[in-house]
Amino acid sequence: MPVSQQSLSRSINATLRRVPAWPIYIIGAAWAGWLFYLGLTGGLGPEPINALERRYGEVALQLLVAGLFVTPLRTWTGVNLVKFRRALGLTAFFYVLAHFLVWAVLDLRSLARIGEEIVKRPYITIGFAAFLLLIPLALTSNNISIKRLGAATWRKLHRLTYPAVLLGAIHYIWLVKGYPIEPFIYAAVIVGLLLVRLRWTRLRSATA
Amino acid sequence: MAHRWKNDLTPNEVTPKGLWLNRRAMMAGLGAAAVTGAMPASRASAQALEPNTLEEISSYNNFYEFGWNKTDPADHAHAMVTSPWSISIDGMVDRPGTYTLEQLLEGLDIEERIYRFRCVEAWSMVVPWNGVELADVLAKAGVQSSARFVAFETTVQPDVMPGVRGRIIPFPYVEGLRLDEAQHPLTMLATGIYGDPMPKQNGAPIRLVVPWKYGFKSIKSIVRITLTDEQPPTTWNRLNAREYGFYSNVNPTVDHPRWSQASERKIGGGLFARRQDTLMFNGYEDQVASLYAGMDLREDY
Repeated sequence: MPVSQQSLSRSINATLRRVPAWPIYIIGAAWAGWLFYLGLTGGLGPEPINALERRYGEVALQLLVAGLFVTPLRTWTGVNLVKFRRALGLTAFFYVLAHFLVWAVLDLRSLARIGEEIVKRPYITIGFAAFLLLIPLALTSNNISIKRLGAATWRKLHRLTYPAVLLGAIHYIWLVKGYPIEPFIYAAVIVGLLLVRLRWTRLRSATA
Repeated sequence: MAHRWKNDLTPNEVTPKGLWLNRRAMMAGLGAAAVTGAMPASRASAQALEPNTLEEISSYNNFYEFGWNKTDPADHAHAMVTSPWSISIDGMVDRPGTYTLEQLLEGLDIEERIYRFRCVEAWSMVVPWNGVELADVLAKAGVQSSARFVAFETTVQPDVMPGVRGRIIPFPYVEGLRLDEAQHPLTMLATGIYGDPMPKQNGAPIRLVVPWKYGFKSIKSIVRITLTDEQPPTTWNRLNAREYGFYSNVNPTVDHPRWSQASERKIGGGLFARRQDTLMFNGYEDQVASLYAGMDLREDY
């Protein structure tokens, strides 16, 4: 890394150290509430259930992608956002949960129907699988769990993020009618971010 | 004009607007029964239809020439050129040629029809269309006895259509009906909604309405009608034949490969509206089921 870039990333990191992570939770919750309010008051158009479902799902994917960017950003630029990653991940989970609840509680409203859809519709099956994969990650996103599990085990467990995000990307592509560009962009970015990790793992094992 | 589907009164002639909004809900049920003459109204057709507002009808549309999103048509369609307008009618007709909109409608009464509208995406509306029966327009061109299908084509105006410029699907958009479907008294060419000219995002100035089929069959902004003896290609069927059949009749017992068609969300109900059950042939079973007698509707979806 060139010296100038190193000093730049160092000063960015110094600034970031003074920025707390908690506003991510506040902003995340407020945004979810705002979207819900828009849905209530006609701001999401005449089909608010579907619109809210989509908006929550998209924010969830965006936050998961943001979380995946943390490590490559540090590797490539030295900028360290690790202290924000837990907040990004937990807020992402919060949106996945909201996405699921809009679908289950506002849209389908019947346990039998929910079960049937999860079993019968592959795109819902994989979306639900991604949701399930994220539950243990959300539950262990705290210092006590890291201590209890041990850092190595905890890290291994949290690699479940990768299949979960990938399933989320496929879920999005699979549910749309036709070929709008957005789900493919998400999928490309996510696959890219996962491939980068695959290469690192290879490099690491090659040099070990 | 045939007047096979007859209302005794046009609600807006006799009732102030505030009142006929309620009356029209009643008329819709009565009218559907009138198609089959004295046949008693079925449970479905007797059900009161509450029309969606013009705002809802004209702000939530699929019109892929303008983009993928439901709001794209309302955002972009204002630039579409709809006047002057003509439709060329060709193929197996006695009088092929280019008919202006005025010629097509001349001598025909514009009727009001309040129909359910069910999208393949499992949402629905109730729309008070104004228009004429397609059969009467086809008669002007003189359908030859060899004709068995009717093909339709939407206008293509790349300059004002972002979806066409982006080639998001192949254009022109094309659709088709079997001749007996096209000549059925429920099938109409609509030129307006709520007594106003058709909003551009809804397919101005003239569009097809086939109320017992999924919405994508009801092709918008028609510039060409072809009578043929072969089943014509249709846009969504070409894109994905497994998911979108030529018939695409509304059928709660045949699911879309990816989602259920058993229920639907009516547009405009807000965040807490319940889904409603989808009706066979979208509630027009009494009128159209005979068209498909002996057919396996799982096979010919």
